[in-house]
Order: sequence, then structure tokens, then C-alpha cells
Amino acid sequence: MDTDQLIRTLAADNDHRARPVGFVMALALLAASPLSLLIFFAALGVRPDAMAAMHNPFFDLKFVVTLSLASAATAVSLHLSRPEASLAGWGWLLMIPIGFLVAGITAEMTIPQRLPMMTRLVGSNSRVCLSAIPAMSLPLLVGSLLGLRHGAPARPALAGAVAGMVSAGFAATLYASHCPDDSPLFVATWYTLATLAVTAIGALAGARVLRF
Amino acid sequence: MREREDEWTGLMRSAISGDSAAYHRLLKAITPVLRAAARRGLARAGQPVDQSEDIVQEILLAVHLKRHTWDVDAPFAPWLFAIARNKLIDALRRRGRRIFVNVDDFAETLPDRSPAEAASPREVAAQLETLPARQREVLQSIAVESASIKDTAQKLSMSEGAVRVALHRALSSLTAKMRES
Repeated sequence: MDTDQLIRTLAADNDHRARPVGFVMALALLAASPLSLLIFFAALGVRPDAMAAMHNPFFDLKFVVTLSLASAATAVSLHLSRPEASLAGWGWLLMIPIGFLVAGITAEMTIPQRLPMMTRLVGSNSRVCLSAIPAMSLPLLVGSLLGLRHGAPARPALAGAVAGMVSAGFAATLYASHCPDDSPLFVATWYTLATLAVTAIGALAGARVLRF
Repeated sequence: MREREDEWTGLMRSAISGDSAAYHRLLKAITPVLRAAARRGLARAGQPVDQSEDIVQEILLAVHLKRHTWDVDAPFAPWLFAIARNKLIDALRRRGRRIFVNVDDFAETLPDRSPAEAASPREVAAQLETLPARQREVLQSIAVESASIKDTAQKLSMSEGAVRVALHRALSSLTAKMRES
């Protein structure tokens, strides 16, 4: 097939309209979410004192941190799905959850605490945290990678890493409602480690599946 | 260069709003620039320049299948050159060499209107053979025999909608197969 023939063929297909990347990604995440919810309700569940815990600002802060990570990462990954995009002007969005964490740690430091700092940091549930967040992330990671495949990310590993953050953000939101540890020090340590693991998996997977 | 790029942006906007003739003109207009860039990339990587047409076709397919990632309010050229650079690096890497291609190369590239010197492209034709029969028939009718969608539908006793679907699927799977090969 010579190039003129190909061009004529492409022009004949001009009526085909692809869905926006954001739409496809939302669908793929929705389709993947039952699996993550299944893992959550089968293995973890909402903690029994959740209603009372809502009066604790440090319990609520966990959701602010995880949801701001999920939404910032979603915005950045959709931006990176365009071939000419770079992180410039967008990377700072990913600092928002870190800002909330720093604010939370600072606030906690100013209030007298029953437990010493190391005890709060180590918490009671770190091993579950480190396995549950990645486990619930995986279906969502597959979903966000499928969504991004519909785009044209020029830097597949980077886009995959941010897709990892999207899925870790949502998975950590689920986990936060189970997790009995509310100290921002715990969140900054273990949630971050779990998120970094998922981010690394996302980068490795993205480098393979997001090339277009 | 600036005028050329403004013209491309205008054509692409018309194309997105359904003007297939504008789309055809746009693809015709960008091809010589892509060809020149592909040749230069191959030359720098120390590879035979006459394989440029395969790379040009790969870039055109990517432009077509990823055009929904172009923001209609943005200039077209930076998006095009990002796609082209990506496919060019990919093509050179698959041919076994890793090189750095400067994006500026594309913006300043003078068109190369001499496809005749190039070896005829083989990759699309080779992958065409591996498509399911229906998709191959539709693609052959429209690409090689220059039939319209309507004529193709009559000839193959399909609805026009089915021809359109088969055509788009054929182009998508061609691209996927070329990427994996």
C-alpha cells in the first residue's frame, strides 16, 4: 500500500470519533472498582468505631490526603495522556497530599499526645496497610492503565507511575476506613510506602503497555 | 514555517468537525515533512534512508488513531511533532539503534516531496495479510481499489455502518500489529 492510498483510507475513516481519554479511564476505573471493593469487604471491612472516629480530625485527614492524591494523580495522568505534555506546570499538584500530611503532622505535634511518637508512627496495623493498599490498587491500576492506553502518552513509564498513584489513592481511601491508626505519622510512613510500591509497579507496567 | 503550522491547525479543526476533504489535505501536507524527518532520523542512526516510507506510514496511522488526544484549542504542530518523534524513535529502536532525535528538527524540517527514491513500504502491506478476512477485504477495497465506503458496502453485501466499523478496526489492528512486530 503506498502512502497516498493510506492517506485516502485514513480520510475515509475520518467520521470515526474516539471517546475522550478521561471518559474511557472513568469507565475502566468503574469497571475495576467492584474487585477492589470485594477485596475490601471480604478481607477488611469498615472499622467498628467508624461513626465515632469521624469526630476525630486526624481520622478525617486520612481521607483528605488519600482523595487529594487520587484526584491530583487523575488530573496529572490525563494531562500526560497527550503526546506533547510534560510534567512542567502539573507536577506540583502531586505535592498537595504531601502538604496535607505535613500540616497534619505539625498539628499533631502541637497537641499533647497519650502515646509516644514512635508508637504512633509504628502503629498497630502497618503490615496489613502495606499489603492491603497494593492489593486493592491492582485492579484499579489495570483500569487506569487501560484508560491511558486510549491516549498517547509520550513518556509511558511516567504516565504509568502516575496511574499507580491514581489507583493507590483510591485504594488507600478504602483502607483508611478500616485502618485503626489515625496518626498522620502513621499515614506519612506506611501509606506512603504502599503508594510508592504501587507507583513503581505502575511505572514498570506503563513502560510496557503504554507505548503507542 | 509559522504560516504552514497555522494552516495545519485550521485544517485539523475542520477535519475534527467532520470535513474529510480538509483531513485529506492535511495528511497530504504533513507527509513530505514527516518523510524528510524520517530520512534524517534514519541517516543519523546509520540506517538505509530508503526505509523512510514505512516510518511515514506508521506516523500517519498514529496521527489518525490518536487524533482525539489533540486539543482543538492548541496549535497542531507541537502535537504532530510529538507523535512523529515518538514513532520515529520507536521505529529506530526496533531497528536496533537508540538515538536522540531533537524535536526542533521537525519544526524546521523542509518538506521532502520525493517518495519515488524510497523503497516501497512493506510493513503495512505485510500486516494486511494477517487481518481477519472481512477487515482485509474492506481495507483492500478502499485503499487499493479506491472504492468508496458506499461501493464497498454494495460489493461485499454489507451495510455502510458495518464497512465503517470494519475499516476502523482494520486500521487499529494494523497499528497494533506493527507495534508488536
